[in-house]
Amino acid sequence: MKRSAGVLLAGFGLASAVLAANALTITGAGASFPYPMYSKWFDEYHKKDTNIEINYQSIGSGGGIKQVTEGTVDFGASDGPMNDDQLKAFQDKHGFAILHFPTVLGAVVPTYNIPGVTGDLNFTPEALAGIFLGKITKWNDPAIAGANKGVNLPGNDIVVVHRSDGSGTSYIWTDYLSKVSEEWKNKVGKGSSVNWPVGLGGKGNEGVAGLVKQTSNGFGYVELIYAIQNKMPYGTVKNSSGAFIKADLAGVTAAAAGAAKSMPDDFRVSITDAPGKTAYPISSFTWLLIPAKFSDGAKRDAIKGFVKWMLADGQNYAEALSYAKLPKEVVAKESKALDGIK
Amino acid sequence: MSTTSTTLPSAGPVAGSRSFLSRLREGDEIVRLITFVFAGAVVLITLLLVFELWQGSVLARHKFGFAFFVTRVWDPNAGDFGALPFIFGTLVTSALALLIAVPLGIGAAIFLAELAPARVSDTLEFFIDLLAAVPSVIYGLLGFLFVVPLMRDFIQPRLKETLGFLPFFKGPAYGIGFLTAGLVLAIMVIPYIISVSREVLLSVPRDQREAALALGSTRWESTWKVVVPFARAGIMGSIFLALARALGETMAVTMVIGNTPAISSSLFSPGYSIAAVIANEFSEATGDLYPQALIELGLVLFLLTFILNGLARVMILATSQRGSGMGNA
Amino acid sequence: MNTRLRWRKFVSNFMLTMTGLCAVVAVSVLFFILGYLVYYGGTSINWNFFTKLPAPVGETGGGMANAIVGSAKLLALATLFGVPIGFLGAIYLAEFSGSKVAFVVRYAADLLNGAPSIVIGIFAFSIAVHPFKQFSTLAGGFALGIMMVPITLRSTEQFLLAVPRTLREGAMALGASKWKTIATVIVPAAYRGILTAILLAFARVAGETAPLLFTALGNRYWSRGWTEPTASLPVMIYNYGLSPYEDWHRQAWAAGLVLLALILITNIVARAILSRGISVPR
Repeated sequence: MKRSAGVLLAGFGLASAVLAANALTITGAGASFPYPMYSKWFDEYHKKDTNIEINYQSIGSGGGIKQVTEGTVDFGASDGPMNDDQLKAFQDKHGFAILHFPTVLGAVVPTYNIPGVTGDLNFTPEALAGIFLGKITKWNDPAIAGANKGVNLPGNDIVVVHRSDGSGTSYIWTDYLSKVSEEWKNKVGKGSSVNWPVGLGGKGNEGVAGLVKQTSNGFGYVELIYAIQNKMPYGTVKNSSGAFIKADLAGVTAAAAGAAKSMPDDFRVSITDAPGKTAYPISSFTWLLIPAKFSDGAKRDAIKGFVKWMLADGQNYAEALSYAKLPKEVVAKESKALDGIK
Repeated sequence: MSTTSTTLPSAGPVAGSRSFLSRLREGDEIVRLITFVFAGAVVLITLLLVFELWQGSVLARHKFGFAFFVTRVWDPNAGDFGALPFIFGTLVTSALALLIAVPLGIGAAIFLAELAPARVSDTLEFFIDLLAAVPSVIYGLLGFLFVVPLMRDFIQPRLKETLGFLPFFKGPAYGIGFLTAGLVLAIMVIPYIISVSREVLLSVPRDQREAALALGSTRWESTWKVVVPFARAGIMGSIFLALARALGETMAVTMVIGNTPAISSSLFSPGYSIAAVIANEFSEATGDLYPQALIELGLVLFLLTFILNGLARVMILATSQRGSGMGNA
Repeated sequence: MNTRLRWRKFVSNFMLTMTGLCAVVAVSVLFFILGYLVYYGGTSINWNFFTKLPAPVGETGGGMANAIVGSAKLLALATLFGVPIGFLGAIYLAEFSGSKVAFVVRYAADLLNGAPSIVIGIFAFSIAVHPFKQFSTLAGGFALGIMMVPITLRSTEQFLLAVPRTLREGAMALGASKWKTIATVIVPAAYRGILTAILLAFARVAGETAPLLFTALGNRYWSRGWTEPTASLPVMIYNYGLSPYEDWHRQAWAAGLVLLALILITNIVARAILSRGISVPR
């Protein structure tokens, strides 16, 4: 057994040496929401330049922020922008700043499993906040029924489902609720993990989708892509202009375009409840977190090259995977910001 | 290789009557030292782990003190953290897991060691060991796909019908919750009980069994009253392994327990465990206090394990007056 | 007296049947799991699975070659680190130590065993990743190795202690020194149990995800050497199983099946190799 172990180790060593060649490996970690998109992008980019291997792992937005600040990965990714404290922590630790680069847009949708209801339900902000605060407990509550005339809503108890793991999806959802409900803002607040007043916790988007699908009268929030892939009904949400919008890629891009005009230079902006007649109110950017300085010139050039490609060709892959493209204005602004990476 | 001693070296601690140098020459002392170092390494790693947890939770410990153990709130935004619901959930699910797994596991081990022909026993053992190899993620996924609907649609309603007057079986039946988590954990820890117990039972000398049978006991009596007590220590050891596994299980529990920090007498209620909440929230925990509160939870689990192990050992000591082949558990 | 005997016999048959039932229940759970994995994962197992790197969603032809190799490397490291500590430590406990030291070591091992795998991961991160600013296979092996120690230690100790005194005393009477007795008599007599203990620990860590997330991280490409992040089967199962794509789900089940097969093969090979060349003195 010792001998065969030795042979095995030698074999690995040999194989490793052979593969070492010229490849440049870049490691990134962070948000799980854009994982399918990023894995597609990095794979396509690798096909373009086989010497560059960008290894992205989804460990969560918070994990991405932590690890890029620690310096254990070359870049991070997050569904929620870093706050001032986190930016400062990075600056203090490294001596230079960290930059945000939006990549794609996503939407979070309310999904439900109500016996006898097959169509799309309309949800007002008050209804959503009320349900998640635990104040609206039955489906036929006037707050819900008022927006859904003609739909036969049962008097059953709503089974609320939220995320148990800290996640960007929760961040987006609670960010929206904080904007539209003063009570939510004061009582619960926004964050990737909060003290949910009611509801069961599902692990991952998949966990929430699964719980809602399996539990009669279930009601939860998931990324658009999960609702589509799992063929679950999801409702419309009333935006700030009063229109009930069902989440789709156009509505999400509209939300971003509305925000683009007033976008800060560091791209840290929340676009929930964005202005615009066709904007879907629960949308969000997702960002790459890239340090402003690289000691390794090859890595810097590779990352800059990737971002450039991502802003141009990369965007064309987004819609096939149910992510919304960046609006033109944002792309232009980002291209200029790329020069900030030295 | 002549020794200067007049007594034979015993099987226990090395007799001190031989000179150090002669022991060294014969290699005994070297081996003793080497193995001591490795045994010490175990304690060292554990101490280091506790130290890291202690250091990593300093902010939280100072802020909450002992109130951490009895606070029910877990609010990351407000910075208010309490461990009580998680302690409750951990204890309940582990207790359930053992309640289910220990009788089943020992029963199966007895069957495999005493009744089954050697080849059948070996083959079945092979497969049961495989259960230990199933990744916990898969247990979680399968638990969610099968055990949860089974509980929600069949088992929980039946329990409510028959035993619904008990506080344990009240409340809506979602399928997820303490009972389901306990059941899934039981499946996960059973291989440890069966595997180790079976080996220990097999190593009980034949003459013990034969003596009992010669005295006129039935097969069962000789097994239960002679062989099993002889193997008590090993079986207890396997239960310790199972308990430890149940206390620390992360992935599978979080998928079926409902992840709600609730304290309830009903087994149908969704709940939360220490390991599950750490697994769910650690990656995303930002700031200083939040991750430290999670690490303090890890420390609490260590404390729990410490106490539970102590209690179990006391219980063993108390009941081992009746005598068994070995006194070490 | 006849009725009393008949009752005892009835109880005997009844209880023994019950134990049979217990075994049946335990085994049928396994077969159910295996069956499900085969049914849903079997279709994804093809040559590509074993030879290709992961493909992005929507593209067929991807595989988990790097994860299979990664898991093998991680488990090899874990065994190298965890088994000697557990095995030799157990020898100390069973053969040399006094009861007080033994008590402390056993307690420590049980504590370590009860630590959630995620806590071990966080611990390994602070020791093996943070100081080096690098996720690596070594760190992953370290984390898994730590988890192997308690199971190996406690179980091996049990089996060493279970060796009858007569064997020990016989060897001593023949003039063998302590360590020779251990090496040539006691360990061989207990080797079956010890092997069971090691394989049980091996199986346990083979399926662990949480510790790897903080140490080996993951890798879409081949991991070169031992200091780069590496893919592993449990982490792939975790990522794919919790994704929204049916194709990835099936790959996750397939990975589960492959992992079990890996453990099974290791089990068989280890038992086969180690049963040769062990001579139990008569």
